[in-house]
Amino acid sequence: MKINRIIKTIFMADFITGLLIAVKKVFNSKKTINYPFEKGKISPRYRGEHALRRYPNGEERCIACKLCEAVCPAQAITIESEIRSDGARKTTRYDIDMLKCIYCGLCEESCPVDAIVQGPNFEFGTETREELYYNKEKLLENGDKWESILAENIKSDSVYR
Amino acid sequence: MTKKRTMNMNFGPQHPAAHGVLRLILELDGEVVERIDPHIGLLHRGTEKLIEHKTYMQAVPYFDRLDYVAPMNQEHAFALAIEKLLNIEVPIRGQYIRVLFCEIGRILSHLLNITTQALDVGALTPSLWGFEERETLMTFYERVSGSRLHANYFRAGGVHQDLPRGLGDDIITFCNTFPKVIDDLETLLTDNRIFKQRNVNIGIVTKQEALDHSFSGVMLRGSGVPWDLRKSQPYECYKDFNFKIPIGKNGDCYDRYLCRVEEMRESVKIIKDCIKKMPTGPVKTIDGKITPPKKEDLKNSMEALIHHFKLFSEGFRVPEGEVYTCVEAPKGEFGVYLISDGSNKPYKCKIRAPGFSHLQAMDYLLKGHMLADIPAVLGSLDIVFGEVDR
Repeated sequence: MKINRIIKTIFMADFITGLLIAVKKVFNSKKTINYPFEKGKISPRYRGEHALRRYPNGEERCIACKLCEAVCPAQAITIESEIRSDGARKTTRYDIDMLKCIYCGLCEESCPVDAIVQGPNFEFGTETREELYYNKEKLLENGDKWESILAENIKSDSVYR
Repeated sequence: MTKKRTMNMNFGPQHPAAHGVLRLILELDGEVVERIDPHIGLLHRGTEKLIEHKTYMQAVPYFDRLDYVAPMNQEHAFALAIEKLLNIEVPIRGQYIRVLFCEIGRILSHLLNITTQALDVGALTPSLWGFEERETLMTFYERVSGSRLHANYFRAGGVHQDLPRGLGDDIITFCNTFPKVIDDLETLLTDNRIFKQRNVNIGIVTKQEALDHSFSGVMLRGSGVPWDLRKSQPYECYKDFNFKIPIGKNGDCYDRYLCRVEEMRESVKIIKDCIKKMPTGPVKTIDGKITPPKKEDLKNSMEALIHHFKLFSEGFRVPEGEVYTCVEAPKGEFGVYLISDGSNKPYKCKIRAPGFSHLQAMDYLLKGHMLADIPAVLGSLDIVFGEVDR
């Protein structure tokens, strides 16, 4: 046992086996991806940038129940609402401070009408802070932009929700 | 008369080997360490105080940021504390899913620790290989919770959502290939003379000292104390699993490394077993006062709607009392001491982080060692500043 170890030490078995295995790995297929052109796969549950959704007829889903405002641990959401002329209660202001947001997903969970959702977009970095104070227009615009994916994700994950 | 001359030196907080934002004030005699004074608090966010102002549901995400290397293990301790106060049972499937993800967290943490310990003593390759595997594991986290690190998945009464279709098979595939990766890492490190020279007989902790410094986890097991909360006071469904507790002999950095490697192998076994035995049924308690109803029920059931609104606005009330629960997190015993005054928010939530008691032993561990041994010991302590500074 001891002789074995001495022989191994003299002939640098530890280095040689290590090197061999490292060289072998060179020929393995690459694990890295060419990022801006290729992206990693994300699941339907992914919690990225927020969006406010609409019904297929163009009506906003949000009914200003303010559950998301209440549940938000970071207090990133601000909502003001009023009764519209047709009697429906709608938001007049829906702001999310994306810098305060901790992306915990509780707003999406709490929404009874699936209006506020966290979409698959994770590339919304900006150069100034002000651009990350999202208002209602921005959120609705996000909703329109991502609607097809959002609806698909909600549908495919609906069994678990 | 000879005057002893020592030099004071500052290490960190921006040093790459400081594993985050540790600042050490070193008193050196030449290259020999005379005294070490860790200065902590640079990552203090006041988590404990913040939790006092959050409902129990809102407080869960704050636990992800303690030990951000294995987020779900922290949530586990908090969820167990609430469940103990509420006196509720988690459905068996929920328990299995929890164990599954706790073990994945353990591999995540040990993988990072082993490879960065190697990095600290000069081996770059293991960390590249390790991060490949971490990436796969983090994808599992993402698929189940929606986020790679900030999981917010373990809730009072169970877990948030059931496993998505196909995840179990993918985890099994991972379990089949992962032991080969551990073998490869071991080939690079375990017998390597440089790694051994840097770690064997460095930072020795005796059995008694480990107990005196209130060490836990690998720090304790590395010194030969067979103490693992999963075995000694089984929580959740750890009783159903057959696994071994690896212990060290000498209590040096090298033994702790070996312990971690073995623990990863045991974790793989538990994960495999867990998926094989995975029972069917609900993943969270069906008590509508604690867990929110299904989204589709909101449209049809008034009761579900009321529960939903109550839970997300006010949260649930927890009976008065105080409780301490602890879990075997990858770093050691992670405990939550929760006092409830009967309202919907915790009165006090004290967090016991294993890294804190490990870090305070820096002076004892490194006295008389060389300056270059500091990163090696620091690496084997497995310090994460999210939990030390809280």
